[in-house]
Amino acid sequence: MASLRLLDVVPANLKLANSSRIHMSDPDEPAEGAARRAPLPVSHARLGDQIRPAILSVLVLTLLTGCAFPVLLAAIGRPLFPRQAGGSLLMRRGVVVGSELIGQEFSRPEYFQSRPSAAGRGYDGTASGGTNLAPGNPKLTKGAADFAGIRQLAEEYRKFNGLAPDTEIPIDAVTRSASGLDPDISPGNAALQIPRVARARGVSEETVRRLVAEHTKGRQFGFLGNPRVSVLELNLGLDRIEPGATARPR
Amino acid sequence: MRWLEYIAFLFIVVGLARPAGLYLARVGQRGHTFLDPLLCPIESGLHRLLGVRPKTEMAAGTYIVCFVLFGTGCSMVLFLVLMLQRWLPGGPADSYLTTPMTIDLAANTAVSFTTTTTWQAYGGEQTLRYLAQVVGLVAQSFLAGAAGLALGFAFIRGFARERSATIGNFWVDLIRSLLWVLLPLALIGSLILIWQGVPMNMAPYTLVHTLEGGTQTIAQGPVAALEFIKNLGTNGGGFFNANGAHPYANPTPLTNFLGMLAIAVLPASLMIAFGHMTGRPKAGWLLLMVMVALFLAGLAVCDRAEMEAPQLAGLHIAGPNMEGKEVRFGVGESVLTTIVTSNTATGSYNSMQDSFQPLGVLAPLVFMLLGEVVFGGLGTGVYSMVMPALLAVFLGGLMVGRTPEYLGKKISFGETRWIALYALLTPLVVLGLAGIALVMKAGLAGLVTNSGPRGLTEILFTYASCMANNGLAMAGLNSNSVFYNVTTMFAMLAGRYGLAALALALAGRLAAQPRLTTTSGTLPGDTPTFGALVFGTILLVGALCFFPALALGPIVEHFQH
Repeated sequence: MASLRLLDVVPANLKLANSSRIHMSDPDEPAEGAARRAPLPVSHARLGDQIRPAILSVLVLTLLTGCAFPVLLAAIGRPLFPRQAGGSLLMRRGVVVGSELIGQEFSRPEYFQSRPSAAGRGYDGTASGGTNLAPGNPKLTKGAADFAGIRQLAEEYRKFNGLAPDTEIPIDAVTRSASGLDPDISPGNAALQIPRVARARGVSEETVRRLVAEHTKGRQFGFLGNPRVSVLELNLGLDRIEPGATARPR
Repeated sequence: MRWLEYIAFLFIVVGLARPAGLYLARVGQRGHTFLDPLLCPIESGLHRLLGVRPKTEMAAGTYIVCFVLFGTGCSMVLFLVLMLQRWLPGGPADSYLTTPMTIDLAANTAVSFTTTTTWQAYGGEQTLRYLAQVVGLVAQSFLAGAAGLALGFAFIRGFARERSATIGNFWVDLIRSLLWVLLPLALIGSLILIWQGVPMNMAPYTLVHTLEGGTQTIAQGPVAALEFIKNLGTNGGGFFNANGAHPYANPTPLTNFLGMLAIAVLPASLMIAFGHMTGRPKAGWLLLMVMVALFLAGLAVCDRAEMEAPQLAGLHIAGPNMEGKEVRFGVGESVLTTIVTSNTATGSYNSMQDSFQPLGVLAPLVFMLLGEVVFGGLGTGVYSMVMPALLAVFLGGLMVGRTPEYLGKKISFGETRWIALYALLTPLVVLGLAGIALVMKAGLAGLVTNSGPRGLTEILFTYASCMANNGLAMAGLNSNSVFYNVTTMFAMLAGRYGLAALALALAGRLAAQPRLTTTSGTLPGDTPTFGALVFGTILLVGALCFFPALALGPIVEHFQH
């Protein structure tokens, strides 16, 4: 009988009480087209035989993926890309002044300013993170005792850059990034800071504008991501074109 | 430009689905591949070493027991590594590790990384030593991903075979998934990441003298070892607290785009492998198209919501919602990443979901609540799409008035029982645990950043994410407490082993069945009509379960402002 034949091969350890119903529920439909192929000739794995693979696989495969793989990756990747593997650090006169990829805090008028940051007390490279404030949370716009809201940030930004109170500010200038270490600002944000930086440095706006254009990265391959200006690299460039000015590192 | 990126992404995913799917099918069926000369000796060596008998096959029950045993073993190893990390050599200095590795946090993390959830109640750079990240987290990202892929193969065999008592050998599938899929791809991908700027070092945190004369300390580490496999294995747990938003973890738009492809291509191509292995390629393509349709819908909702910041009206601030987003990604790659990671049981976010607009949160939340139907986790994504499709088959059968079939397999009482339990488990666990959290002081104590409807959303999001084995977080919720560490652990276990056991129990039954020939009365599984039925069923069942909760969370918040 077909239903008996079926019962034989249903895995016993699943304890399927109603397995016979597969066929019984539809007496009107003949099991046509069944028995096209014989059962696969395999031997059953016994549960007792699985303990050794279970224990050993955990240990051996952990070593393979958690030790051998990273060592192999480092062995190939570090010689090929030593600068990137080391964190893309930027040196000036033998001193590490930052990383190409990690944002840095700037407060002086002769430097372009990064975005506000929620990493630690601001640009803490050991405590990445955002505010996690909901857009509708009043704290985000109005601020709190120990937290500058977007309204206040916008006011300070306008004052610092000598802008009229109704100048439109690009939103990246007054919001905190997800990592708190965003190295970039939008080209619009950089453009609004050009006159102030030029004034503070006593150079022409044209010079600064050219430098900003040099440090602006377009979309990758023309369509990926957003155009952006790397703040630290731009500021390093500023220090280079005008050595010995107000911005001497101390 | 954003939509160009979205469409390019979908084109690449769908374009790669066929070649990658056929390759995966060969891996699952132990067919020939171009890597055989290199990998076959390693495979047989591993079989001998581990005591695997590659010629034996397992019944569904044995298969799932092996899956659970393996996962439990991995959790124990990871738990030990985390608890003993203070004796591991290498950086970072103790003074930076400000979050203590408590027993509940270690247990939570151990379960989280071995279930591909990678829910992180800690910040990596403030909690873990380099060796704990590598030997612990990198290894488990590989192993949990490979175990999921093995499960996917076993599930597909349930449909592909007839009159078979067995659905494969877990150890063979596991090792093949690792050697033929994850390890080679991860090696290439991780090298690209290093080229783009992801660090790979064991150096102490770098002390930097800033241009203005201050100092800054920058966390370092073997970041590249984790950052690619976290996406490829659909795990999602990052090296740093800010995960994919950290410029070291995800330095360029290219690394982000590649990461998203690493997440989506394999699960999408598994649908093609499903169609190929069952001999019904069109059925696989149809399910993939249903996924793409759902994906586009979510993308449209999230993108529209994030392009606006109505709360800042009148402040003369121009631009989309950039709070909690990185300039290099903008809204485009942030939204794409949110939708991809929320869909694929991955959760490697590059922007802060808690700072998204209410409807921007709704999209990823709904995708997790629906059970990761779109693409889904690596391997597990096969059943997270096929189980709802079977529910649609069942409903369609009710309408037609005869016992439904799918791909020549009859879906009668015994099968429907597993399908129904599968559909019920997620709402039961998510709504149950969220309800408990909402009435307990310990649960409400987590709401340290936001409150009101957003607070409800955060709690619902947390359990939805853990149940879906996703790990995406609304990080305003402080979840490093005994209450959350224990309850989320329960959700992660139910989402991994509970759903897998139900799916494999069904696969075992289907494998034992003979295959029926198609008659004129059969509801065909590869027509647009059936696709629409699956699409509608997914949304309808999801809405019936979760609409009340969603109405009180993101929806009411949307209308508040």
